[in-house]
Amino acid sequence: MKQLLLGNEAIARGAYEAGVRVSSAYPGTPSTEINENIANYREIYSEWAPNEKVAVEVALGAAVSGARSMACMKHVGLNVAADPFFTATYTGINAGMVVVVADDPGMHSSQNEQDTRLLGRASHAPVLDPSSSQECKDFMKLAFKISEEYDTPVILRLTTRIAHARTLVEIGERELPELREYKKDIKKYVSMPANMIGRHLVVEEREKRLAEDANDMPELNRIEWADRKVGVVTSGAAYNYVKEAMPEASVLKLGLAYPMPRKLIEEFAKGVETLYVIEDMEPFYEDTIKAWGIPCSGKDKTGVQGELFMHKIEEKFLGAAPVGPMNTKDIPNRPPVLCPGCPHRGLYYVLGKLKLTVCSDIGCYTLGALPPLSGVDTCVCMGASIGMAHGMEKARGAEQAKRTVAVLGDSTFCHSGMTGLLNMAYNRSVGTVIIADNSITGMTGHQNNPANGKDIHGDPTTALDIVKLCEAMGVASVRIVDPFDLKETEKVIKEEVARDGLSVVISRRPCALIIKQTNKPVVNDPDKCVGCGMCMKVGCPAIIKTETGVRIDPTQCVGCGMCTQLCHFGALNSAE
Amino acid sequence: MFNIVIVGVGGQGTLLASKILGVLAMNNGYDVRVSEVHGMSQRGGSVVTYVRISNDKPLYSSIVEQGQADVVLAFENLEALRALPYMKEGGTMVINTQEILPMPVITGAVEYPADCLERTRKACKTVEINAVEIAHECGTYKAANVVLMGVLAKSLPFSEEEWKKAITACVKPKFLDVNLMAFERGFNY
Repeated sequence: MKQLLLGNEAIARGAYEAGVRVSSAYPGTPSTEINENIANYREIYSEWAPNEKVAVEVALGAAVSGARSMACMKHVGLNVAADPFFTATYTGINAGMVVVVADDPGMHSSQNEQDTRLLGRASHAPVLDPSSSQECKDFMKLAFKISEEYDTPVILRLTTRIAHARTLVEIGERELPELREYKKDIKKYVSMPANMIGRHLVVEEREKRLAEDANDMPELNRIEWADRKVGVVTSGAAYNYVKEAMPEASVLKLGLAYPMPRKLIEEFAKGVETLYVIEDMEPFYEDTIKAWGIPCSGKDKTGVQGELFMHKIEEKFLGAAPVGPMNTKDIPNRPPVLCPGCPHRGLYYVLGKLKLTVCSDIGCYTLGALPPLSGVDTCVCMGASIGMAHGMEKARGAEQAKRTVAVLGDSTFCHSGMTGLLNMAYNRSVGTVIIADNSITGMTGHQNNPANGKDIHGDPTTALDIVKLCEAMGVASVRIVDPFDLKETEKVIKEEVARDGLSVVISRRPCALIIKQTNKPVVNDPDKCVGCGMCMKVGCPAIIKTETGVRIDPTQCVGCGMCTQLCHFGALNSAE
Repeated sequence: MFNIVIVGVGGQGTLLASKILGVLAMNNGYDVRVSEVHGMSQRGGSVVTYVRISNDKPLYSSIVEQGQADVVLAFENLEALRALPYMKEGGTMVINTQEILPMPVITGAVEYPADCLERTRKACKTVEINAVEIAHECGTYKAANVVLMGVLAKSLPFSEEEWKKAITACVKPKFLDVNLMAFERGFNY
């Protein structure tokens, strides 16, 4: 039976059919739907971990103990998980272990364009790179086979256009391997130098063996001979664009991106007059092929930034005329915005009013950087807000700390904020950390997290008590405010940044999209409106500038009433 | 082969529209490629979804590129104008005539082009419909996406029965009746 599945759904299906027993993940676009779909297969134990490092450790523990296991994350998540992962390739596994990592060329929803294939090579892990949902499912099964045959965790790498494309998939049955026997093996699983010296040799031998075997893995690596004038080495989404832009070219499709099949590539190169390497992101294949002394080109024509697409290939490799710009100047952009009723809006309004330097973080609240709030100074990675605010204080002194705050969400705090806060407490910081607690992991589409008392299935579980945690770390003052109460929020933040000691302010109100406010839209009294523009400062999509003042768009307004606090003339009022 | 581009504003229900189309094509033996947008731009930003279906040529890419779209389904006037470069010569634009102001317009930094629809009309064949109002009459403005499916149905080679089967497969049973009514209103527009 065929089904139309997202690449991410197909990964989940592949995991199910491959007999995965344990799956741990932290949400991150474009990978989130993998574990969300795994959660629908109740035969698999699935969970949201606080971060990707924990997720990989959980998967490793499960695999070493004898169960097929997996962890999923976006590309930058693998940086967080790199520590356990880079040694897991030394210890090896027992039952199969796959780490699914989704890259985001073009940065649809990410802070950088890093290429996971490079981390695969750096960690000596095999990397698979599928081109369709069917391959997502098939490659998951192959990944587990390779993992067990070569005793290593395997990376299955996706890109946005594979993870978020729906294509047809033939559905199969679940085959559940027996739990493998767990045997204590100190030399293998205890990463002391004396043991790992031996393991590094095993890694080297294994990698050579897989590279040799990769020459004869037709399910993954295959040559599609056609016209011999031009040959293209490609993989992943790029393969799809090559097939459409150059239907007459011969193609070497690499399903196993690392290690690369040298003999197969040499055979292919010999068989064509001109060799191109067309790949998303970094010149990963190209550099290696050149290092083998085989003439080829690719990145000199396309560069490394952005996605490839068919037109770009036609233009750069076939001399087609470039296509025009998608957006002309006279068509206004439509950047994403904080939703109507979003609690972060009140917080950023106050921070802007107090003219504070804001070290922000990864989440919906990063959107506070956009006009008219423009209330963010820095945003780098999960948890960086706290470390950077602390660094600013230590570089410029306590006076700087009194003008600076770190802002991060509840999920981000659980992910990577706790250690940063502990550092502040330990090293006598006088700074202020604001935890924008909306009781959910918002930007990725509302996943539960350790602070909201619900597990991946929505069932009740232990909730982190953020106040007690902060107090236990030694934070001098911990206060909770409702960001919809603008006056109180301003007062509390003012007091806390002035304090000669470390403080945490928890700005607490649930995400507007999960509480479904039933209030009627705010009522605007045009007779009282003087057009001062105060209400426009919060950047609410429901408040629209008119020639004489403002109007409220009733299809957008959720009646949160925040704007009524800003109007000094009584022109904006909550509905009766 | 048909290339369809669906454009709108995050939160308008473009994903359901692409899902219905994909299931419809699959049920009728077509190959299908759908490319969706998740994540940051869903928060009120411009969203673009591509649907490619074929029963002759093999499909590889899930992207509809400039100049390739047989039909553009636009959920909003400004997004319709923005999507013009996708249009193939002789293609049709189905437009839900709704205006949602982007933040740079709301803040007064730029103006919403008053001649949005006229410019689109000049550039290609258009079918314009106030799908939100019609959906509201059916019971919920949220079914505007399915009203548009009804309009689109006339440009694609599938029977009304098949469309209804696909809608039934994609919407929650609770909302099936209102969505089928919305489809019919669009189909008979």
